[in-house]
Amino acid sequence: MIAELGLAALWLAAALAGLQLVAGSLGLSTRGAVLGEAVRPVAVVQGGLALLAFACLIYVFAVTDLSVKLVALNSHSMKPLVFKIAGAWGNHEGSMLLWVTVMGLGGAFVALVEKRLPERTMLATLAGQAFVSLGFYAFLLVASNPFERLSPVPVEGNGLNPLLQDLGLAFHPPTLYLGYVGLSIAFSFAIGALVTREVGPAFAKAMRPWVLGAWIFLTMGITAGSYWAYYELGWGGWWFWDPVENASLMPWLAATALLHSCGVLAARNALRAWTIMLGVVAFSMSMIGTFLVRSGILTSVHAFAVDPQRGTFILALLAIYIGGALVLFGLRAATVTEGERFAFVSREGALVVNNVMLSAILGIVLFGTLYPLFAEAMGAKVSVGPPYFNPMSALFAVPMLVVLMVGPLLRWRRDKFARVGRSLVIPAMLVATAGIALLVAGGIALLPWLGLALSAGLGWASILPLKARNLRRTPLPIWGMVVAHFGIAVSLFGMSSESAFSIEKLVAVRAGEVTQVGPWGVKLDTVEPVAGPNWTAMEARLLVRYGVDRKVTRMLPQSRSFWAPPQQTSESALLTRWNGQLYAVLGGEAPKVAGEKQARWQLRLWWKPFAPLIWIGGLLIALGGLLALIGRVAADVRRIVAKDKIAYRREKQGR
Amino acid sequence: MKRLIALIAFALAAPVFAQEEQSSAPYAYRQLDDAAQEARAQDLMETLRCLQCQGQSIADSDAPIAGSMRSLVRERIRAGETPEQIRGWLIERYGDYVSYKPQLTGLTWPLFAVPLAFVLIAFFLLRRRFTTKGNGQ
Repeated sequence: MIAELGLAALWLAAALAGLQLVAGSLGLSTRGAVLGEAVRPVAVVQGGLALLAFACLIYVFAVTDLSVKLVALNSHSMKPLVFKIAGAWGNHEGSMLLWVTVMGLGGAFVALVEKRLPERTMLATLAGQAFVSLGFYAFLLVASNPFERLSPVPVEGNGLNPLLQDLGLAFHPPTLYLGYVGLSIAFSFAIGALVTREVGPAFAKAMRPWVLGAWIFLTMGITAGSYWAYYELGWGGWWFWDPVENASLMPWLAATALLHSCGVLAARNALRAWTIMLGVVAFSMSMIGTFLVRSGILTSVHAFAVDPQRGTFILALLAIYIGGALVLFGLRAATVTEGERFAFVSREGALVVNNVMLSAILGIVLFGTLYPLFAEAMGAKVSVGPPYFNPMSALFAVPMLVVLMVGPLLRWRRDKFARVGRSLVIPAMLVATAGIALLVAGGIALLPWLGLALSAGLGWASILPLKARNLRRTPLPIWGMVVAHFGIAVSLFGMSSESAFSIEKLVAVRAGEVTQVGPWGVKLDTVEPVAGPNWTAMEARLLVRYGVDRKVTRMLPQSRSFWAPPQQTSESALLTRWNGQLYAVLGGEAPKVAGEKQARWQLRLWWKPFAPLIWIGGLLIALGGLLALIGRVAADVRRIVAKDKIAYRREKQGR
Repeated sequence: MKRLIALIAFALAAPVFAQEEQSSAPYAYRQLDDAAQEARAQDLMETLRCLQCQGQSIADSDAPIAGSMRSLVRERIRAGETPEQIRGWLIERYGDYVSYKPQLTGLTWPLFAVPLAFVLIAFFLLRRRFTTKGNGQ
């Protein structure tokens, strides 16, 4: 019953999206102006219905209604409730429903609160949003109905992949999707502005909070996903340049570029066409990412060919939206001029460098991710991984980071290096000192060396914009910029330090034996069986001690066996100090040597200096975005309130 | 044709791995005693693909075949081979797919041409943007 309610809500929401598209488009003409009135309420109800459908899906997962095919395939009655609920979006259909729900809610939110733009642009924007939603509703209803029933009803479900049975699943996909779909709003704004030809500072100021919001969620989603992979996979890696990761990185790169070009457009009415283009590209990357992850093409081009329906559907959607938007852009770009001019040494100049470099990195990630698919289609399999992506992206990231030290200090329009040069002496010295010191220490690869040296200078340079400012009167967006740029330095330092100084130790030890990992002494105390709700495990008790410090801490890594579906996972144990993280994994029992009595257990241990800074930096970047967002929205609210007050007073005086 | 060869090569080599797995791949979970050799082996392993898993290097995988390959890499490093020799040997048997580090070949040249093109485009874009402006003023 609940499943049917969900399906009905989904159909209704799709129908309303159709109405929203028609009413929004007709509302632009003089004859259909009356229809325009309907667009905002329709958008709100559409969002509500999508939310209702999603709530129904969560309900059938929460009560494990096995007559619903999706639940039977992906859930299991003997699972903690939180994973039952999170399991609702841990699969293809559920995650697509989450996608349209977020998109519907985003549209509803825009319809409710966005009052800064001319009504015509808003109608075009909401119509664009409905047009995109409509495709995804069609995809859900035709090719991946999440509420399909199953007969006969199975006795028990298949269960959820144990790697996904983690709190990470509860947070990572929803945050990432909020980001992906938030970019759809930027996309719709870009379309709306192209249709009505109103591209200017007002447009950029209206779009910026939405881009910022999406970008914050993307940043948090990527950070959380990286940390999740780090502790869950049990080998200490935190970024693999895996296509699924790249699928989340590409929209982030585009959104970061968009955010900065939006700033230029808002402040200086320059880079108009380019900003619109980035708005289109950013959401296109979200869709390409979804296509890559959801079509099955990643496993193999051939897997895609075996069950082509879904893949073809998404591919068609991609062609319609990206192609359509680019055609519209091509038609209108001539009428959207580039806007104000500026010198190379200026804030805009630095931001253009940022944009070009981010776009180049995006291009490389995109190309490197797609190329194996082309190659496979041509009959040869190649792999593109870290040895390609790391140096190639550094090629553009390094100049960008250098410009990042200077850019925020420059003035708009035209500036001289001589003016800012003196404040940059200390960062430059820091880079040089760190670089030389590390060279003397030796044994560090080129990229981590560059990263460590640059992060030292960047850390200092990033807080320079606060110099000579009254800190209490500094606007929030400036704080946001400083915090986010400092976060980049922090994260870069963590990444470089992790790859330069990590120490790995693989050992097979008996209970009571002590191993040394970097500064740590690790003693295997006991290995004992433990049981959870849907797994059993061997749990090692490790007693660890840092240096000569007498304090002994306990770590409890587990080697888990799930039974539905049957799979082994390693639950790593992490111990964080201010200067790094000790990472411990319990492997299996080592094969016995003849005549041996006591069992030996395999342990994998890593000491990763400053590794947590990778994610702390990521959170700082997101926090910077949040501060900027709060600052912008508060300023807008103040302005609207003031405007209303003035209007009210005038009205009163008029009487 | 190339794929066929790779397939045959895989079929021929598979028993070798199977045997190694039975003899329990001594270095799957054991490091080399020489730290410098181990570091070389580790760097190489991080750039080799686990053939059974999806998108994981052999240094990040619990799969048995990844263990066998780790053991093979470490043994060969210990025997004095260079990482690139081992990579070449593996590519010869399993095709380019096994290496995350694309080699410059007739098939993969675009991977290297594209970044170069981006560098040129970025350079000219920036130059044009800021020199035409200078002339215009």
